[in-house]
Amino acid sequence: MLAEAWLYLLGHPAQFAKALGVHVSLSLSALALAALIAVPAGVRLAHRRAGALAAINAANVGRTLPSLAVLALAMPLLGTGFLPSLVALTLIALPPVLINTIVGVREIDPDVIDAARGMGMSGREVLRRIELPLAVPVIFAGLRTAAVQVVSGAVLATFIGGGGLGDFITAGIAMMALPLMLVGAIPVTLLSIGADALFGALQRQLTPRGLQ
Amino acid sequence: MSWFARNWDLVAIALYEHVLIALTALAIAAAISLVLGVWAARRPRVFAATLAVTGALYTIPTLAFLALLIPVVGLGKANVIIAMVAFSLVIMTRNVATGIRDVPGDMVEAAKGMGMSARQLLARVEFPLALPVIIAGLRIATVTVISVTTVGAYVNAGGLGTLIFDGIATDNPPKIWAGALTACALAVVADLALARLEDMLRRRRKA
Amino acid sequence: MIGLKGLTKRFAGEPRPAVDALTLEVAEGETCVLIGPSGCGKTTTMRMVNRMIEPDAGSIEVAGRDVTHVDPIELRRSIGYVIQQIGLFPHMTIGENIATVPRLLGWDPERTARRVDELLELVAMDPDDYRNRFPRELSGGQRQRVGVARALAANPPVMLMDEPFGAIDPITRARLQQEFLRIQERLRKTVVFVTHDIDEAIRMGDRIAILRAGRLVQYDTPEVILARPAEAFVEEFVGVDRVLKRLSLLTVGAYAAPNGGTLSAHTISASATLRDALTQLLIKDAEALTVTDDAGQIIGSLSLQRIRQAISGSESHAVA
Repeated sequence: MLAEAWLYLLGHPAQFAKALGVHVSLSLSALALAALIAVPAGVRLAHRRAGALAAINAANVGRTLPSLAVLALAMPLLGTGFLPSLVALTLIALPPVLINTIVGVREIDPDVIDAARGMGMSGREVLRRIELPLAVPVIFAGLRTAAVQVVSGAVLATFIGGGGLGDFITAGIAMMALPLMLVGAIPVTLLSIGADALFGALQRQLTPRGLQ
Repeated sequence: MSWFARNWDLVAIALYEHVLIALTALAIAAAISLVLGVWAARRPRVFAATLAVTGALYTIPTLAFLALLIPVVGLGKANVIIAMVAFSLVIMTRNVATGIRDVPGDMVEAAKGMGMSARQLLARVEFPLALPVIIAGLRIATVTVISVTTVGAYVNAGGLGTLIFDGIATDNPPKIWAGALTACALAVVADLALARLEDMLRRRRKA
Repeated sequence: MIGLKGLTKRFAGEPRPAVDALTLEVAEGETCVLIGPSGCGKTTTMRMVNRMIEPDAGSIEVAGRDVTHVDPIELRRSIGYVIQQIGLFPHMTIGENIATVPRLLGWDPERTARRVDELLELVAMDPDDYRNRFPRELSGGQRQRVGVARALAANPPVMLMDEPFGAIDPITRARLQQEFLRIQERLRKTVVFVTHDIDEAIRMGDRIAILRAGRLVQYDTPEVILARPAEAFVEEFVGVDRVLKRLSLLTVGAYAAPNGGTLSAHTISASATLRDALTQLLIKDAEALTVTDDAGQIIGSLSLQRIRQAISGSESHAVA
């Protein structure tokens, strides 16, 4: 059966490459967008106690929403295809990154911040030299969680015409063709494990030596 | 909105199926994880292995997992329930084990010193104190299960996902809304309820 | 060097001001200790000097400049700042920690590196050993030394120190106090030092400012505060053993009678304090002690009577 799946892949390289490409670009774009929005927002919110708590509560609610529901809700609003999938996946990736950024910055020892300000660092310098380096491990843990959820969610994008490896899975189920299903299921599982490992490694690499 | 008024029975049935599947999976997972978790809590190597498996299984995308189960169990509710038990099992076992391990050593010492047997220790000290962490795990498992069940409609398991898929296939936005929003509401309510429970247990533990 | 005039700070929701029309001056090269019970406003006052807290009224002058009209960031880079928990940056090496302000000021790397080594030597830590270590590898006492070195890095004329030795064990604390006094003798910085420990204040301060409920109660040298407390509160605050504290500021050599007096079998060094002498007299149950110099030569005697005289009229004599 695996052999059949492999043969199918070899027989349809362009199709597979396209699906893989769409899947990866959807995932990367959603993750990047989420990071671009959530990290600056998270840093700003972390400095305001009331805002931080409200944001964390909202994000926690966002986290519980079934991914398929979020993708499905995008369709009546934005149609089918790449864009609605991207929007939905970005929304799915936002909560873990936002929560981790806020928590990561807030849990920095306040005495360290006081010393930094007292020595004459401006707000921007405190952010650049102290807060971000110290919050990086926690932020990357959030990116790691988000990455896995996005890769998993991108599989479901097939239902709203977003493409990706989910196409093979649904085609396989529809036609009861097992090899076809595997052509989708196995690579995407590897992709997910790979993303998890990649961000885990990035997290370790970027953690300042003094904190390890 | 009028669609909803006319078809609320459809939604109700889907919701009922959804909750039933979810509860079945959670009950099975909870039962197994309690046993496994207690066992793993006392054996460091098993604990480490449990954590490793937890991490690995959790990264498998939902639909891929369901698809991979088809050759094994075919379509239908069984498929989805097995997948959900697998996901929930790993989370809950980890939390049961962690919760028991995190019980302060001095409390265990005191209990043993009073002459409690291992079973009494577990029932009267370790388990009650581990409860908040266990509920936290149940919370994550519940949300995961609701999410997987939504997708499970695609492999003929029923539930609120059916409304979503039908709605997409027949280009019926109100149906999509009904299915998606109900699923979201279910997830949020379940999470909030368990969060309340977790908070209550944590406060009681402190007192 | 530092002039506070009518300095006032009110916090929202508090019935009385945290600092109430405080006026005092710290001369260049002097250490001024701010001390008082919890809530007296000592830390708030100190933090207004570098504008970590903004005053509501009054003025603060440092080196002739009104600090409220200066950019606070620039101001802080010219003032050394040491807090109780130190706040070393955990993700930076010791060397990088110390180099913080020089780097902010744009010093070139070579000059900065030399300065880091110089400061590590000043606080008695081997540069080659400690330069590249991380804060988590250091003990509390070592971290505190690095904190002081970091504050001195850009050679600021003024230092603010908020209970810098508070979180350390008493033995290490005594050592650090001694070392800081040694450093101060060399560098002669103008220091504002906050503490709640009267013994530390007496030891470290050229002048002590006693605060209560945001107001200045007495501001004078340790000797005067011990000899002539301005009011009952100060008397209570310095402790019922203030007489003994005063005696620890006076040396035997300054009070020994040079010739005559009864020579006793018990000796004491001229460099010991009168407090030590009193202890010896009590232990040995004697009326007088023979005073010797460093070489062991007898230079005079010290009687209990003489110590009593010292207590009642000591202002005219030399101090330890």
